[in-house]
Amino acid sequence: MKRFATLFSALDQTMRTGVKTAALAAYFNDAPEDDRLWTIALLSGRRPRRTVTTTRLRAWAAEAAGIPPWLFEACYPVVGDLAETIALVLPPATRESDRTLSQWIAVLRALDKADDDTRKATILGAWDQLGTVERLVFNKLITGGWRMGVSQKLMTRALSTATGIAEADLTHRLMGDWTPDTASWATLIEAPDPTADLSRPYPFYLAYQLDQDPHALGHVTDWLAERKWDGIRGQLILRGANHYLWSRGEDLMTDRFPELAQLVDFLPDGTVIDGEVLAFADDRPLSFARLQPRIGRKTVPRKLLAEAPVILMAYDLLEWGGQDMRPRPLSERRAQLADAIAALPPDLPLRLSPAVPASGWSDLAAARDQSRDIGAEGLMLKRLGAPYLAGRKKGDWWKWKVDPLTIDAVLIYAQAGAGRRATLYTDFTFAVWNGDDLVPFTKAYSGLTDAEFGQITAWVRKNTLERFGPVRSVTPHHVFEIAFEGIQPSPRHKSGVALRFPRMVRWRKDKPLHEANTLDDLKQMLAQYG
Amino acid sequence: MVLRFTPSGIYCPAGDFYIDPWRPVDRALITHGHADHARPGNAAYLATPSAAPVMRHRLGDIALETISFGETRQIGDATVSFHPAGHVPGSAQIRVAVKGEVWVASGDYKTVDDGLSEPFAPVRCHTFITESTFGLPIYNWPDQTALASQINAWWAATAANGQTAVLGVYALGKAQRVLRLLDTAIGPILTHGAIEATNAVLRGQGLSLPATIPVTPDLDPKSHPRALVLAPPSALGTPWMRRFGPVSTGLASGWMALRGIRRRRAADRGFIISDHADWAGLNSAVAATGAERVFVTHGYTNHFSRWLTEQGYDAGIVETAFGGERLDADEDMTK
Ligand SMILES: [Zn+2]
Ligand SMILES: [Zn+2]
Repeated sequence: MKRFATLFSALDQTMRTGVKTAALAAYFNDAPEDDRLWTIALLSGRRPRRTVTTTRLRAWAAEAAGIPPWLFEACYPVVGDLAETIALVLPPATRESDRTLSQWIAVLRALDKADDDTRKATILGAWDQLGTVERLVFNKLITGGWRMGVSQKLMTRALSTATGIAEADLTHRLMGDWTPDTASWATLIEAPDPTADLSRPYPFYLAYQLDQDPHALGHVTDWLAERKWDGIRGQLILRGANHYLWSRGEDLMTDRFPELAQLVDFLPDGTVIDGEVLAFADDRPLSFARLQPRIGRKTVPRKLLAEAPVILMAYDLLEWGGQDMRPRPLSERRAQLADAIAALPPDLPLRLSPAVPASGWSDLAAARDQSRDIGAEGLMLKRLGAPYLAGRKKGDWWKWKVDPLTIDAVLIYAQAGAGRRATLYTDFTFAVWNGDDLVPFTKAYSGLTDAEFGQITAWVRKNTLERFGPVRSVTPHHVFEIAFEGIQPSPRHKSGVALRFPRMVRWRKDKPLHEANTLDDLKQMLAQYG
Repeated sequence: MVLRFTPSGIYCPAGDFYIDPWRPVDRALITHGHADHARPGNAAYLATPSAAPVMRHRLGDIALETISFGETRQIGDATVSFHPAGHVPGSAQIRVAVKGEVWVASGDYKTVDDGLSEPFAPVRCHTFITESTFGLPIYNWPDQTALASQINAWWAATAANGQTAVLGVYALGKAQRVLRLLDTAIGPILTHGAIEATNAVLRGQGLSLPATIPVTPDLDPKSHPRALVLAPPSALGTPWMRRFGPVSTGLASGWMALRGIRRRRAADRGFIISDHADWAGLNSAVAATGAERVFVTHGYTNHFSRWLTEQGYDAGIVETAFGGERLDADEDMTK
């Protein structure tokens, strides 16, 4: 564990990607093979199954630290991370340990069938033989949520430096459904069999937000414009008479969308389609809210299947007849995709995402403005001559999102931020008018400058009405413009609505309190866009 | 009440004076020279002789009387004395006794001997007003020797890379404490103007510090390879830094104990070194006073006072609407 903790510190101590890559590459060269494999797994979001609940961890940590549970809970939001909070409050270790990362993981996994006393003794024993950084790492193994400032891309680059294998090749090898139990360093990294894992997806190509006038992109005829659909990006793989559906986050979602299974009978083996999973009925997409109940569950009850039927809105063709299509230009891939879909019976849950016709950029600007009316988030612009790249790359793909919805709201509650922002009030609750009452309807955390957060923090302290634990109610006075991407009905909220991605965009110091928006305004937005 | 909490600060009715007032008053007793404790505009000041030079340097021509550590002085019906707080050179806790009832206002303090400040000395009292800048059990300072070797190892590695090490430290106290921890065999030490000015004041009162080279406009950093630069945290990331070429940056503060803050500050390294007491320090200091009543100010007031209440103290919060909730200037790295 010491070797891994050293790596963790080295990564933590620098902002420079070059230094991080070098530290990781050195680790991949000299750490034990099992540890390397687990490190790759951890950095790509795979963690050992949780064998201890965080409730227990908190209780045991407080007990070991000799502090009451409330004090532990008071520390947590200041640190902003449970694993770190525990590492910090514990008394210094009295012993040392030579166990490696994978050996400690084995210790944790063995707790699966253990009784509570054994679990407690094991965890307390571990804490007593690990240094502060090792403890943090150990706790992270239990709680998950690794953020080591290492992207998958950076890790792949380091792995490439250490092994001499090309980055793109490694990216592909690391995708898919492996775990450190099913794979070894040799099978995963060194001697992979390209046919071994039929389910393995291609890395998704991700677009940047358009940050310039579209005229700068050149001729509109060099581009394909499509709707940016508000569903779940997915990659459908049909190989070996099976089908697999991957999310962008490398989640295998196959069983959640059984409708798509029938496609195996209609499309040739060796077909891979990039598209958007949408709830869809009566020839039009349903709102994201309708799709949501289907995301959380592994299997789908019949009723839900009927209420929110899904389709795959196809964007791109990555493999056809077992051939990797990605190096070919989009125009060619798209033509092949259109032909393939045109030949299918019309009631199959697969559609071609229609091209938005345009003879000039102004046509597209107008089409973009209508996005919300047809349930889209904006437009996607893709260069017709471009290959399908891996990851987020600038130049050939752009998302041109519609402007967010906005509403002017009154600040009524404030709460201090976590960790780095523990000394500032950064978490706010906002309300709209309902007659003479203010009805809370959303929280927002981001969008102000540090100077503005400082200003509002000073104001909150002077204008607190009441304290409820960490939350303060404040004199209604300040109006903020809140931007959000969508609105949906929510019986759990007093206001009856829930917003998607709310954030503060402007502190409306110019706006008097009574000119903030009303609950009726919100309801009207819900009727229009919900 | 021997001391009262008023909008102008801590007030003693029996002696008609204030301790570290926030607004200008007739008579101010000052615990130490940090900006959030020694403010301009008071008609008369009282502080220790070793705190006085910095106060004069910062506040100019003020009516300042000094009182030695342990010396007692009668002010009205109050008996006053100053006792070492171990925070920075000259920093004091102020003891006020009226008719046999004793209160102590801690100011800022730390219980670890930094080798520079007069070491903290507990003072028995009935009521103790304690700071709580780091009043949560997540703050436990590492051993100072280990810390010195961390800083020196970073400096040496940075120098070996052909880079300049720039360490952000508060000008009064932290800078001089760090200076004494540095291994001058590694290379020369350069100082930002704000830090050199304070160094000069402290050298003037007899403190010995290693040799430093002030960074002036005509100084060529290239003629001082392997250097470590001490600068106020606010100078990091400004154009002032350009002259040093490739740098590795560090910050020295108690807040560096938290990974989130370390990362947010975007310095390459964070060193956990504070001039305030950590969790254990605060608890041992409170216990050593023998006080039954404790008022908590300056930091995690709610949590620390609740904790003390559960430990059997009659603990309260110094209401913070007057500005006491602000972080200390010397530790305010989170801005
Ligand atoms: Zn201070
Ligand atoms: Zn202070």
